[in-house]
Amino acid sequence: MIPAPFTYQRASSVDEALELAARAGEDAKFLAGGHSLMPLMKLRLAVPETLIDIGRLGELSYVRADDGHIAVGALTTHDDIARSDLLASELPLLAHAASQIGDPQVRHCGTIGGSLAHSDPAADLPAVAVALGATFVARGRRSGTREIAAGDFFLSLFETVLEPGELLTEIRIPKPQSAGWSFQKFAKRGIDWAIVGVAVQGPNVALVNMGSTPIRARGVEQALAAGSGPREAAAHAAEGTSASDDLNGPRAYREHLARVLVGRALAEAASRG
Amino acid sequence: MVRTEDPRLLTVGGTYVDDLREPELAQAARVTFVRSPIAHALITGIDVSAAREAPGVVAVLTAADLDDLPPPPPDSGLTGTEGLPFPLGGHWSEPLFAVDRVRFVGEPVAMVITDDRYQGEDAAELVSVDYEQLPAVVGVAGALAGESLLFPPAGSNVAVSTGTPADSAAFDGCDAVVEQVIVNQRLAPVPLEGRAAAARWADGKLTLWVSTQNAQIARFILAGALGLDPANIRVVAPDVGGGFGAKIGVDRDGLLVAWAAKHIGRALRWAETRSENMLAMTHGRAQRQVVKIGGTRDGRILAYRLEIVQDTGAYSRMGGFLPFLTSLMAAGPYDIAHVETAYQVVMTNATPISAYRGAGRPEATAAIERAVDLFAAEIGMDATEVRRINLVPADKFPYTSGSGATYDTGEYVAGLDKVLTGAGYAELRAEQARRRETGDVLQLGIGVASYVEITAADADGGETARLVVHDDGTATVYTGSSAHGQGHHTAWAMLVQAELGIDMSKVTVIHGDTDLIPMGVGTYASRSLQLGGVALQKAAIEVKELGRKVAAEMLEASEADLELDVDRGVWQVRGDPATSTTWAQVAAHVGEAGLAADVNYTDGKPTFPFGTHLAVTEVDTETGKARLIRHVTVDDAGTVLSPVLAEGQRHGGIAQGVAQALLEEMVYDAEGNPVTGTLVDYAIITATELPSFELLASETPATVNPLGAKGIGEAGTIGATPATQNSVIDAVSHLGIRHIDMPLTPARVWAAISEARESR
Ligand SMILES: Cc1cc2nc3c(=O)[nH]c(=O)nc-3n(C[C@H](O)[C@H](O)[C@H](O)COP(=O)(O)OP(=O)(O)OC[C@H]3O[C@@H](n4cnc5c(N)ncnc54)[C@H](O)[C@@H]3O)c2cc1C
Repeated sequence: MIPAPFTYQRASSVDEALELAARAGEDAKFLAGGHSLMPLMKLRLAVPETLIDIGRLGELSYVRADDGHIAVGALTTHDDIARSDLLASELPLLAHAASQIGDPQVRHCGTIGGSLAHSDPAADLPAVAVALGATFVARGRRSGTREIAAGDFFLSLFETVLEPGELLTEIRIPKPQSAGWSFQKFAKRGIDWAIVGVAVQGPNVALVNMGSTPIRARGVEQALAAGSGPREAAAHAAEGTSASDDLNGPRAYREHLARVLVGRALAEAASRG
Repeated sequence: MVRTEDPRLLTVGGTYVDDLREPELAQAARVTFVRSPIAHALITGIDVSAAREAPGVVAVLTAADLDDLPPPPPDSGLTGTEGLPFPLGGHWSEPLFAVDRVRFVGEPVAMVITDDRYQGEDAAELVSVDYEQLPAVVGVAGALAGESLLFPPAGSNVAVSTGTPADSAAFDGCDAVVEQVIVNQRLAPVPLEGRAAAARWADGKLTLWVSTQNAQIARFILAGALGLDPANIRVVAPDVGGGFGAKIGVDRDGLLVAWAAKHIGRALRWAETRSENMLAMTHGRAQRQVVKIGGTRDGRILAYRLEIVQDTGAYSRMGGFLPFLTSLMAAGPYDIAHVETAYQVVMTNATPISAYRGAGRPEATAAIERAVDLFAAEIGMDATEVRRINLVPADKFPYTSGSGATYDTGEYVAGLDKVLTGAGYAELRAEQARRRETGDVLQLGIGVASYVEITAADADGGETARLVVHDDGTATVYTGSSAHGQGHHTAWAMLVQAELGIDMSKVTVIHGDTDLIPMGVGTYASRSLQLGGVALQKAAIEVKELGRKVAAEMLEASEADLELDVDRGVWQVRGDPATSTTWAQVAAHVGEAGLAADVNYTDGKPTFPFGTHLAVTEVDTETGKARLIRHVTVDDAGTVLSPVLAEGQRHGGIAQGVAQALLEEMVYDAEGNPVTGTLVDYAIITATELPSFELLASETPATVNPLGAKGIGEAGTIGATPATQNSVIDAVSHLGIRHIDMPLTPARVWAAISEARESR
């Protein structure tokens, strides 16, 4: 529970953060809310040499409507997202999912950028971003500013397409075409990560914790497009998934949960559509 | 009423061992343990040279340095069937540092002492230990298989055995007999404050500040382990952030801190991390039970058999005590003609097992309460009806149970009825029937558990109290009992006020310092009020009689004419309230001699609290997730002194009990690696998972002590676990499910549901 030694640097602007990261090299990590990184460091499962604290970059904490999409700054906390009036009316799926993360302490520290960059398949917001068809904006000293589609961003557990020193700055989410949404999070306790989760926005269905990245439930989406009802479509929920066996149950149980939860999510989304 | 300790705890906060800023500890170095990462291995070499060179390292110590200890005591000869909570000696002895073999992940192998804590963690990684891995003994089955032995000279992993119960005729007259294997899983106590110790050796005297439930027992253990005269040891327990039985006395880690401070001549401090706490603080429960129950078709239970295999982990810290207590309480609150029990204690490559809230009694209740439900299901009778038929009737007390305990007082049937009425049992059953009929996804479960438990089982160990009234009208209590969250300060002040009329706010309670209180036992087994409280009450009565004499002298009245006005705390002449004197004046009059009394109360007897819990759960039959939606209880602990403290104990106890039923389990993999070593994987319960509890009042006074008090500390845990387990099983019983082992996680409940559906 005591991290290995590291160097701590605090950035006071995005440019400085990028500069510090470029100088510190491969073994540097950005520190946002610290609620994924610090636990790993305390267990010495993560041993970064340098931490670049971006936690006070107020310039990256915002929710605003741009034309055609909503922009969320990467440093916006889960709690700010959960309480945003704009999101409540425009993207209730995101606001609601953020309210289901951990406990109040976690939600006040954890950030959307940290949650996405961390790429934990058990996290809620990656699947939500995928279901919403979000685009991520990243900046790096070498790569400049680039946009990455949520569906292309996650590579595997703790691995994304971000390059070392590249900072996630903004999440852009198009206004949904179809209003029906649902977020089903199945966990043992209120504070827990999902054993399985489902995010539905209109025709898009994404799964939490059914593989090494957030997964689009293509089989379900295709069945819906082909005119199947929610029940029939939900039967396809586990197709193409690769859930693992763990303390919370065997893979077959997870697959079963995916079907049940997708069924419930589709029914709820339909009731809101 | 507010607990007198709360304003401080909730504002400035407590002072726990790691918060201490005593001048004696100003130069203290930090201890970091090097712990075994392997469950079972021979140690073939330890190289500490790199660690010794690391920055800030003061010393690195291993078993090889333990050259200044007394020889180990001769084998006590205890077999573990005596029902005493002492470790087994001989072959089974537990070393301080592992010597040539490690037996559980987390066992201390070496200690790094550094100027600061961070250096310690880094240097500890540099201690290189060569292990030759051995096959791990995992769980009861692994121990009984005996293919790998923890203590080869012993020739077996079975440390204690009482033989098998063998009355083959026991179940002959029964119409229906049910048998079931039940796992009472291994739990971690998870106190908010982990273990912590600070030690200093100076001028031939050892001072140990330690997070313990009993400073005096810790001193006794220290004296034996380090070969010191108890007079040369001072043990101090400052604020203690929970113990639940796992902080009784002091364990090997704390002893090593004390030894090392003496060995290197420098003050030391140690506070474990949560990771260490999960691995190296003792665990609890861990029994595999086989129950067999039989009786007549009209609901009379005739015979009950309980066979226990106690997984005691890598070392037997309590001998056969836990399964002994389980056996003693096996019959529960029922009048059963034939009860037979047997137990074995087996060694496994896991954290040692010790007392955990209830310590042996929750296991007994869990077994028989499951058995009663199984029997009721077998004969097709409502399980509460079976309970009513078999509960010991009120006119049979004192009653000696089939498993040998003599219950003092009880109103068992009344307790059951109160809960059923309070919960609206008939309406709940109607609601359940409605949901079953409509095939609701959320099925309702109603689970009941009736219990009786033993508190202050070691009453003859006694408890001490010293009460002093000062010339400013205040009073100080020195108690051998030891507060670690229970609210002793409130209760003890109430007792003084009730007896002497000295306002609670003027009463200071001191505990947990062996220089001030050399004699005492401490807090466990729900013993405090009925022993320590009675001791204090007796001391107060002695002080009152002293006060009467002095006041009589002062007021020139006869003692018989004096009365104490407890509302004002004033002595006065009967019928002449103007002729009076205060406690301050009386104490001043006595002067040097002091107005004080010392009591060591050893006439106490164990008491037997009882009650019934009813848990209502909703089970999602599509996912297997169970949610507790109501919990209604009667917990009769005799005469209640402070309702707020009693309720607090019930609340915490119920929460922990529900947690065992639904969530908690310490799991090991096939190599003996703990896989639930963090609070992400080891799921303690939170408020989100719990409803508001419905606590009904019931007070049947104990007759063996003047306060009429029984223990309340463990009752909630004892009743809540089986009530919740029975409730979840009840919710799915219409599918043909009779039993599911704890914890009733969604995956487990779903597995039972899908299996039941497939076999239809
Ligand atoms: C008790 C507990 C319960 C939790 N429960 C849940 C839950 O139910 N659901 C859930 O989804 N999550 C849960 N979390 C995780 C929580 O949501 C984290 O806050 C979040 O995953 C990470 O955000 P952060 O700001 O804390 O990131 P940090 O921990 O600071 O960083 C995480 C990783 O992302 C990188 N990073 C951070 N920001 C950026 C950026 N802008 N650009 C590039 N890289 C960046 C860091 O370098 C690091 O590698 C829980 C955490 C805890 C401690």
